[in-house]
Amino acid sequence: MTPRVRRWVFLAGMAGLAAFYLWGLHGLPGFGRYPGPYGDVINRIAVSQTNATGVVSAVNFEYRGFDTLGEEFILFAAATGVATVLRRLRGEREGSAEDEAAGRDLPPTSDAVRQVALILTGPALVIGWYLASHAQTSPSGGFQGGVVLATAFMLIYLAGQFLAFERFSPADVTDAVEAVGAGGFAAIGLAGVAMGLSFLTNFLGLGTIPGAVSSSGTIALISFFVGMEVAAAFVLIVSEMLDQALLLRAAGPGGRSR
Amino acid sequence: MTLAVVTPYTVPAGLMDVLQAVLLVLVALGATAVVLTRAPVRQVIVLSVYGLLLALLFLVFQAPDVSLSELAVGAIVLPLLLLLGLAKVRSREK
Repeated sequence: MTPRVRRWVFLAGMAGLAAFYLWGLHGLPGFGRYPGPYGDVINRIAVSQTNATGVVSAVNFEYRGFDTLGEEFILFAAATGVATVLRRLRGEREGSAEDEAAGRDLPPTSDAVRQVALILTGPALVIGWYLASHAQTSPSGGFQGGVVLATAFMLIYLAGQFLAFERFSPADVTDAVEAVGAGGFAAIGLAGVAMGLSFLTNFLGLGTIPGAVSSSGTIALISFFVGMEVAAAFVLIVSEMLDQALLLRAAGPGGRSR
Repeated sequence: MTLAVVTPYTVPAGLMDVLQAVLLVLVALGATAVVLTRAPVRQVIVLSVYGLLLALLFLVFQAPDVSLSELAVGAIVLPLLLLLGLAKVRSREK
């Protein structure tokens, strides 16, 4: 295909896309005008029904908890997939002496990066824990908290402590935490079924004060399990990728080798 | 019709409109910058800045929970994974 023909094909495609796009924009409601009833209904009833002032969490873990369960297992499957694929690659490369010879010394981490990473690790842990355990009171939740918790472990790596990163997040513990997090969500749903209620029914006491940490029943509990799952999944994925990227560096003469 | 809750911390509606418009423009510029950056490592850094801009955009559009997720995933975790991938590719090229 000559550049000339290619350009015409591109322009024709763009024209078609633009036409469909404008057509699609035509019937949309105006900017900032919400037409549907569901958001307004939820805004009115969510706090009194669930005692959770974090209404987004109430929606995520209660009204559409089943969707969130599916989303959580997407991440679970992704982490499992990464671990599976990268493990096989590691075995393949172990037989290659040529690759190991390519190992080189680690470039030194600058003191500035090391300091900042060490200073931020503690706050990241606290904020992550806070977010994961306060879904019911404020805009946060297990997913956000879990990701922030995972970044705390990445900061340990940034501080130049790859071996410490592995010590703080050994694969067996990470795997177990991830499994408990993912399974805990499903178990809460099934516990409702075992009591003769529907799947994911909020069977715990809602507390008496809306917005108290102890309020909202299973919403807070599910958020906490999601936080475990997400933190472990991200740590697992990043440590698998780190293993891949750093293996050659670490396997130089006198270095770590597997 | 107004559904907004007015508190001592409420930003005036006019200022909020300006913030939203500015951030929409910045996100459009940031996305263009990511596409136009050719060197992979530099592109990852620009992508990280773009993730930060998106987090701010979600914040001024009153989605603080989405903003928190985007901040951690878009500005930190995704660039880190891409950098690790690049490091791996480069070590194999040598």
